[in-house]
Amino acid sequence: MSKLRSYALGLAAATALAGPAMATDVTITCRCVEGGVNSAAAVWLKTSVIPGFETMMKATGKDVNVIFKEFAGKDEQLTQQLALDFSTGAGADVSSFDGFLIPNFVDAGLLKPLEEVAGAEVNQWEGWSHISEGSKELMSYGGKAYGIALGTDSRMIFVRKDIFAQAGIDADTWQPTSWKDVLDAARTIKKAMPKSAPLQLNAGVSMGEATTMQGYWMAILGTGEGMLDENGKWIVSSQGILDTLNLYKTIYVDEKLGDKRAQLLGDGRNRTFANFRDGKTAMLVEGDWFYRSVTKPGAEFEVKDRDVNMTWKKMPAQEPGKGFRGQDFVTMSGGTGFVINPNSKAPKESWALLSYMNSKEQLDAFQAINPRVRIRDDVWIPNSDFLTETSQTLLPLTTARPNNAYYNKVSVAVQRMTEAVVSGEQTPEQAMAQYKSDVTAIVGEENTVSK
Amino acid sequence: MKNFSLLSVRAGTLFFSPAAALVGAFVIVPFFWVIFVSFTNRTLLGKTALNPEFVGFDNYVALFNMETFFTRGQFGFSLILTIQFVLLSALIGQALLGMILAWLLQSTPKYVKVFSESAVIVAWILPEVVIGFAWFAFLDYDNGTLNMLTTALGLEPGDWLLDNPFWVIVFFNTWRGAAFSMMLFNSAFASLPPSYFQAADVAGATSFQKFKDIALPLIKGHVVTDLILITMWTFNVFTPFLLTQGGPSYRTELLSIYTYRVAFKDFEFGKGAAVGVVIMLINLAFALFYLRIAKQKHKGAE
Repeated sequence: MSKLRSYALGLAAATALAGPAMATDVTITCRCVEGGVNSAAAVWLKTSVIPGFETMMKATGKDVNVIFKEFAGKDEQLTQQLALDFSTGAGADVSSFDGFLIPNFVDAGLLKPLEEVAGAEVNQWEGWSHISEGSKELMSYGGKAYGIALGTDSRMIFVRKDIFAQAGIDADTWQPTSWKDVLDAARTIKKAMPKSAPLQLNAGVSMGEATTMQGYWMAILGTGEGMLDENGKWIVSSQGILDTLNLYKTIYVDEKLGDKRAQLLGDGRNRTFANFRDGKTAMLVEGDWFYRSVTKPGAEFEVKDRDVNMTWKKMPAQEPGKGFRGQDFVTMSGGTGFVINPNSKAPKESWALLSYMNSKEQLDAFQAINPRVRIRDDVWIPNSDFLTETSQTLLPLTTARPNNAYYNKVSVAVQRMTEAVVSGEQTPEQAMAQYKSDVTAIVGEENTVSK
Repeated sequence: MKNFSLLSVRAGTLFFSPAAALVGAFVIVPFFWVIFVSFTNRTLLGKTALNPEFVGFDNYVALFNMETFFTRGQFGFSLILTIQFVLLSALIGQALLGMILAWLLQSTPKYVKVFSESAVIVAWILPEVVIGFAWFAFLDYDNGTLNMLTTALGLEPGDWLLDNPFWVIVFFNTWRGAAFSMMLFNSAFASLPPSYFQAADVAGATSFQKFKDIALPLIKGHVVTDLILITMWTFNVFTPFLLTQGGPSYRTELLSIYTYRVAFKDFEFGKGAAVGVVIMLINLAFALFYLRIAKQKHKGAE
């Protein structure tokens, strides 16, 4: 018995010695790994945010120890992890988070407004006056802020100029104005290079939200429809859905213009990146993240001589003027940022970290590592043609996902519907019928509409 | 049989209580909790996470809704797929292969026997994740070993995980589990008196005749035990997930993987719990059957 007690005492002493008695631990996690996915964010946190924050807190007399956990899995796996963590009172104090999930998490009680978690000082933060209402909305629900976004994004067709040139198309002057233009270019390339997969439009379950955002939305908006109608009812059966599914069928089943395997296999999204890098794919519909992070020099999917070989084009509507709101071109925007764990044991320190990350000083430092358009209006705008052009031409055209708690589930139904068509298992009509019954089961028949 | 005890009732209870508390907390309570949740529409995300409603048998009715029952990605499809999987990979694959291996090894030189046994057992004792990754690498379309072999032979490379995912997991599970049946049959054969076979040899019986008329009838009990055990294991196996994630398009979504998806990817706890209860009932039937057979065997031995 006395032996046990001496062990216990020793253990207690060791713990006490291991760290300064008053240090508060704050854990931060994001889907970022140095040298891997979102490497820049990991480098920024490690070299700038964390050391700077610890020093700043020490200066105010608080000993805060920041623990950084790099999450290497997919977006969906992080969501899964966070949902389970938050529901059991576990998880990091500050975590990266995709804004579209906020309604679903909030309704389930898994997220709380920042002011509720960290107190009234949240509203006194100097940063809010530099963030536009629209940017606040990215991480808000019901008028309350749940986190701070890192920025917004937009989607487009990325084009390999060198592959276009090999097929005899001048990519600089090429700007498709209809789906047919895009398909025709793909056909020309396929003819010149039969083994290539010239056009990739995301589909399938394994890519998760990337399928809905970069694939389905970019097509359905081109038919003039969204996922909800003007009365807020979910469209479950329409010509637009059918046209979109037939576009998928043309690309993957009828003419094999795209790499179907990349849409069906577990590591599919990386396969589409690799295909683009290797010149197998000449047109890939992706978000600007693809340019800022995935293909940038030094990254895993770096495109060689990117300034010469790669460009981007606006995604056309099905036909000119037929797009959403009568537009000729369409794009989608979302926003990711960071939230605070409602069960955090150090909510004040977590907020201090989150606001410090979004201080002008730290965002300036982030710009130096990975320039993009930041949400603060006092952060310098990088001198990059890509960013200036895309933000000027695409942001006026953009659409955001419905801020709706059912969206996440309906999105999964969309992914299943596209997978059924792309794999050749169902015809577009059958897949849409399945979608109708899936969505009706999720939102209730009174919230759906057929056109 | 006479009852006797080493300990007093009180001491017995005392020793028994820690185990009972653990079993109670981690088996009995969750068991009833799952049954309770299966009658609600509880989810992890969304409004029904905080305010789940009692929905009676709705979850069960939805599972057995005949309109969608056989659709891929639904309960019925997974159930039928699992039955096919058990029949092909456990009963035909593992048991048959194990039986053949065990019988052939009876009459081989010792070093062949030791070598083959080790090889088969290695497949059985390696950790699941290692096995899953090795098979994934083996079957990969672009750089997989199997396709290197087929192309070296001048054949077209196969896209195994996409085109034949079901046969891949059947083959995988056969390979994985044959060792157990082999070992069990091996020891069963070893327990038979050699004199039976010597007598048969004198009479000029072939190996197949010896197997059919002497060995098999004598190890019948072992065979039944083996079949029931591997059926139960295969019915609940989750490892194929490491190869195919249940896809593509739910074509390899066994019941265990289906449950995982509904409960922990779609976060529909109510529906997931209902599937869990149904699986529990099926397993209960297997277990009762097994216990009954074991009891009969016991009686027979007496």
